[in-house]
Amino acid sequence: MIIAVASGKGGTGKTTVTVNLARVCGTAVHLLDCDVEEPNAHLFLGGELCGEPETISIPVPEVDEALCDGCGECSRFCAYKALAVLAKRVLVFPEMCHGCGGCRLVCPKGAIREVPKRIGVAETLRSGDITLIQGRLDVGVAMSPPLIRAVKAKIPKEGDAILDAPPGTSCPVIATLRETDYVVLVTEPTPFGLHDLRLAVAVVRELRLPFGVVVNRAGSGDDRVQDYCRDEWIPVLAEIPDDRRIAEAYSRGEMMVDTLPEYRVLFQTLWANIRGLT
Amino acid sequence: MKIAFSTSGADLNAPLDSRFGRAAKFLIYDTETASFAVIDNQQNLNAAQGAGIQSAQTVAAGGAQALVTGHCGPKAFRVLAAAGIKVYTSDATTVASALELYREGKLKESVAADVEGHWA
Repeated sequence: MIIAVASGKGGTGKTTVTVNLARVCGTAVHLLDCDVEEPNAHLFLGGELCGEPETISIPVPEVDEALCDGCGECSRFCAYKALAVLAKRVLVFPEMCHGCGGCRLVCPKGAIREVPKRIGVAETLRSGDITLIQGRLDVGVAMSPPLIRAVKAKIPKEGDAILDAPPGTSCPVIATLRETDYVVLVTEPTPFGLHDLRLAVAVVRELRLPFGVVVNRAGSGDDRVQDYCRDEWIPVLAEIPDDRRIAEAYSRGEMMVDTLPEYRVLFQTLWANIRGLT
Repeated sequence: MKIAFSTSGADLNAPLDSRFGRAAKFLIYDTETASFAVIDNQQNLNAAQGAGIQSAQTVAAGGAQALVTGHCGPKAFRVLAAAGIKVYTSDATTVASALELYREGKLKESVAADVEGHWA
């Protein structure tokens, strides 16, 4: 079973839910940090690095000017404007390229070949029963979905995996959520939390994925998130109370289920709830 | 020669758009005939990325040898330079006043992008 933990709004507690869930699930589990622009699950898990970090690249076009006649087919095809053709000269913008390979296919002169462009690394760490796989996007690279897909390619065929998604509702989130079995949307009981929860709900409905909500810092705001979930028939899987000790444990890089064992049951119940719904 | 201006309107009294890549339109003024044509740039307003690159290609295809705009980012500048289009930045309020400044030689030619990408 592959579970993704997403949110819409940043800072609601995706990583908190992910690492604590992985800790209490009771079996060997893979945890994938798909927030490759700022992976942070490792701060809570620690763990030993297994092998060397794997370099992840995307194929970008290289034009042989001796063969190119400047027809412009490549530029017209590219949805991301990674190629511009002017005065029979092709300008390539590798930082814009998504690596689809279309330019090479449409070039009538066979003037385009693909060369790898490094975008980041994928690393595997072990911490007890938890195998953490994290992507780290290189500084200055804006294209995270190919790295997220490379991280997800390491999900084993058997067993459970929990994916820590990036915040927001754009391409990196879609790349994370695709082909998962269940989505946990973490929110907080604030107007911002509700606003972004609505956006996230629209995304998972578009992707036709089953999902439920975890309300974090419950009691710190109002009941509008719960009212919204009831009106929309969205299951509220768990409510994590607004407890200062949780924030203190987090600030020390500790998992709440270790530091505050009274919350183990909450996460065990959450795990059981998710299993019951998939 | 033809000069391109980024604008939100369709005539010489229209505002000069300070943005290049995501300007609504380009007014191409022909100094030989004292006439102009307007090219729509609407598709780039909503482009996910590469608006500057695409706009530079549009201006080049319009036959312009010079461009007057508010600001120009690095990718657009690279394409414009490859097309041999001179770039002038101006904070003039209208296309007509920017044209006047150009004619008087009061606009300085840019030798590099003056803003980072996605500045607006």
